[in-house]
Amino acid sequence: MQQILFFLIRNKNFLLFLFLFLISFALTIQSHSFHKNKFINSANFFSGGVYSIKNNITDYFNLKEENNILLEENARLRMQLDSFNELTSISNTDSSLIHSKFQFETARVINNTYSKSKNILTIDKGSQMDIAIDMGVISSNGLIGIIKNTSTNYATVQSILNINSQINAKLKNSNHFGTLIWNTQDPNIVQLIDIPRLAPIIVGDTIITGGKSTIFPEGILVGSIYSSLLNEDKNSYTLNIKLFNDMTSLKHVYIINNKDAEEIKILEKESDDAE
Amino acid sequence: MQSNVYFILSFRFIILVFAQVLLLNNINFLGYINPYIYILFVLTFPFNGNKSLLIVLSFLLGLTIDLFGDSGGIHAAACVVIAYLRPVILKFSFGVSYEYNAIKINKVDFGQRLIYVCAMIFIHHLVLFSMEIFNINHIMLVLKSTLFSGIFSIILIMSSISIFSKKTK
Repeated sequence: MQQILFFLIRNKNFLLFLFLFLISFALTIQSHSFHKNKFINSANFFSGGVYSIKNNITDYFNLKEENNILLEENARLRMQLDSFNELTSISNTDSSLIHSKFQFETARVINNTYSKSKNILTIDKGSQMDIAIDMGVISSNGLIGIIKNTSTNYATVQSILNINSQINAKLKNSNHFGTLIWNTQDPNIVQLIDIPRLAPIIVGDTIITGGKSTIFPEGILVGSIYSSLLNEDKNSYTLNIKLFNDMTSLKHVYIINNKDAEEIKILEKESDDAE
Repeated sequence: MQSNVYFILSFRFIILVFAQVLLLNNINFLGYINPYIYILFVLTFPFNGNKSLLIVLSFLLGLTIDLFGDSGGIHAAACVVIAYLRPVILKFSFGVSYEYNAIKINKVDFGQRLIYVCAMIFIHHLVLFSMEIFNINHIMLVLKSTLFSGIFSIILIMSSISIFSKKTK
């Protein structure tokens, strides 16, 4: 017994080191898997609050730019609305009567990273505003990411610039599907893999979301083809996609809430169980 | 006297965390290079101070940085490693008798100080980036990030030490 005690006292620093190192190692491993990073994330009261304060100050520096972006978006939406009105003769403009299965919520980005291999954004809306895990996040220029964690007033977003992200996307012209991933090289270039060889690839073509998941509706802008590479097996392309979004300066984002997501998930689960 | 030391330590802890989180994490020089100044806390912790206390404090420091950066436990792990290895590196860079001579970091000569700072920073960055990238296939990326971020951190930390040290002569 005394021997054991002596051993513990003599090696107390090493044991302490080992213990704390294993804790941090476990936290690191945990953070590598989506949905499990429950303890250490910036969507908490303390760091969320600090980022919020910082943002209240730095917001003023790019007001002009932000206004321009919003103006441009307004103009674009107005144009779409006009063409829509010409097609249908609905005179009713009460927006609450328009039935859409997607609901949009606005939020501000209060912390943004793009230089790591697993990039996370923090936004200033949380579960109090019905933000939940697995909702999609876009900006006026296109895709940003998926909600990863929420607290009462804040939420973290796993951006597409994250090696864990895999998002379904397709070519706008030919509807060929692929998966969006990121190879950590450039914060403005992502990769679209598994595009079949038959697909007509033209540099500059637009890539949009595929709508095959419950997270994003079909047709959200992603980017344009920057360069293409035929894989070694000669059956599929890997495309470099230049994002429409400047991931290094994000301010206002929209969170997409699919009201049918629950229903679709239950249905899929039932079908799975039945097999 | 003792309470004064604790006050200075906690003040330094808070200032370094805020400097790192609010300023330096946003530099992203050339896309991915960020200096890490918060290691200064581990570097300048009194040389004859309690080693267990240093390990615990370094863990908390790293964990706070992780909290803000959404990075799991990578900074905590890297900090704990350098806090544990610090006596060895001190012995390596200042000779066996560092503990009895009451050496202070701003009073040793430049060469010894540089060796100490470089060794600590490169070990820290190596652990940090291997944990962050966590993929043996990207070993070159780990080494590249370690080298470039390391050089940036060394310049920043060496200059902070010379700026904030009291002039003795």
